[in-house]
Amino acid sequence: MSVSVECRDLAITFGTGPTAAKVLPGVTFSVQPGECFGLVGESGSGKSTVLRCVSMLTDIWTGDILIGGKPVRDMPLIKRCRMLQMVFQDPYGSLHPRQSVRTVLNEPLVIHKLGDREERMRKAITDVGLPISFLDRFPHQLSGGQRQRVAIARALILEPSLLLLDEPTSALDVSVQAEILNLLQRLREERGFTYIMVTHDLAVVDHMCDRFAVMLHGEITEVLPREAIPGNRATHPYARELIGASLEYEGAH
Amino acid sequence: MEKTILEVENLRIRYGGAPTDAVRGVSFTLGRERLGIVGESGSGKSTVGRALLRLLPGATITADRLRFAELDLPSLSEKEMLKVRGRRMSMILQDPKFSLNPIRRVGDQVAETYLRHFRCSKAEARDKALAMLEAVKIRDSKRVYDQYPHEISGGMGQRVMIAMMLLADPDLVIADEPTSALDVTVRLQVLNILDGLVRDRGIGLIMISHDLNLVRNFCDRVLIMYAGRIVETLAAADLDKAKHPYTRGLLAAQPRIGGGRAPLAVLDRRPEWLEEIA
Repeated sequence: MSVSVECRDLAITFGTGPTAAKVLPGVTFSVQPGECFGLVGESGSGKSTVLRCVSMLTDIWTGDILIGGKPVRDMPLIKRCRMLQMVFQDPYGSLHPRQSVRTVLNEPLVIHKLGDREERMRKAITDVGLPISFLDRFPHQLSGGQRQRVAIARALILEPSLLLLDEPTSALDVSVQAEILNLLQRLREERGFTYIMVTHDLAVVDHMCDRFAVMLHGEITEVLPREAIPGNRATHPYARELIGASLEYEGAH
Repeated sequence: MEKTILEVENLRIRYGGAPTDAVRGVSFTLGRERLGIVGESGSGKSTVGRALLRLLPGATITADRLRFAELDLPSLSEKEMLKVRGRRMSMILQDPKFSLNPIRRVGDQVAETYLRHFRCSKAEARDKALAMLEAVKIRDSKRVYDQYPHEISGGMGQRVMIAMMLLADPDLVIADEPTSALDVTVRLQVLNILDGLVRDRGIGLIMISHDLNLVRNFCDRVLIMYAGRIVETLAAADLDKAKHPYTRGLLAAQPRIGGGRAPLAVLDRRPEWLEEIA
């Protein structure tokens, strides 16, 4: 089932009165069901913070976030976890070093009181293209790409509708990145996931996303379709600079 | 221009307790140029860089020849090495989060390079450090000077580290993934700074990276490493004409702006790549 995401005037402010610091001054965007929406921008521009707000890992925000038309703030934790899951940037840091893959995948099933655990774990690990024997491995017995697959399996096991991808491939080699991007692409086609993907690599955006938002200092400067990248059809100066730099960096034009 | 700074012949490195060599018979020479070393994680590219600075305690390093300018690196004592490291040969590391001292102000860490290698007052070192921070495009360098590593972004941390390593004006800079933590807009600026220094001062640069675009744009020559060996050496401009299937596989796996949305090519690793030598 695909869900839409609607984010209106999302803001985070620290402190009150004249010294109040606005971290996110007000972010508004909407994601269609089944769309892959990219968030790009320089470090510190608030891309990951938006994901953390959507997932309620950060809950001090104001504004509205609606997932499938329902406010995420009112969603009970259990329901929210089945609705959305997050894949983090660094597969070396996001898996518990002393838990086997089986433990990692089993825990959400226990918490959510789901049956057929063995069956579900096997399916999740097969879905991400790993052999079933890997269930008994520990993170140190896996390569970076395999770890990221496990992290994706962990996100898939609760059958969410929305996946929040926080730079899922930036810690990986290009050869491994290709495998993970292909995997994410395939899963989206098969299951109709909605993705919100944070990345700094416009080539990845061009490959994966339908539309993307360019962020700067916590604000969305412009939302662009992927077709705007090759000819740099952005209008905002920062978005132009970003796309221009990426094109120059690729040396393609 | 073509003066050789570094000569490496048949370099082999084995980590303590490891059953096999991590680097197996690597040879190359470096003039006043920008040399890229590319490969995946685990290919031994960083190990080569660290071995040159002798930063691998416990590892066994052997080579038929390992010369840096007029120095024979293996025969130097640790005390002599201290005068080389940071002064004549320095290394820009991968991750500023782990490479900067978390409990010292970043500016003091930059100035330390200067204080350590030159006779000067603290105020002088501070001025040098501030100028260098500005050279790496840190706005408001006076404020950043007094900040701690956790107060600055990863991108800024990397620029601080580049400032630190270039402050002593070395002959050879080894940059180990210097810009993987930086945004693409900043990345180009930083690479242009590095580039400027290499050209103006005749510094030799070894750029260790997994990023083919980076070495294509900012290096003169590229070595491609796989499993501890050099499988191919190319002029950076000829990267697209690479012959080795590994290099071609890496190029094909990369998504490109304006490319099709077909699944990306996945590397098909051949066992024979492990043994052949370019």
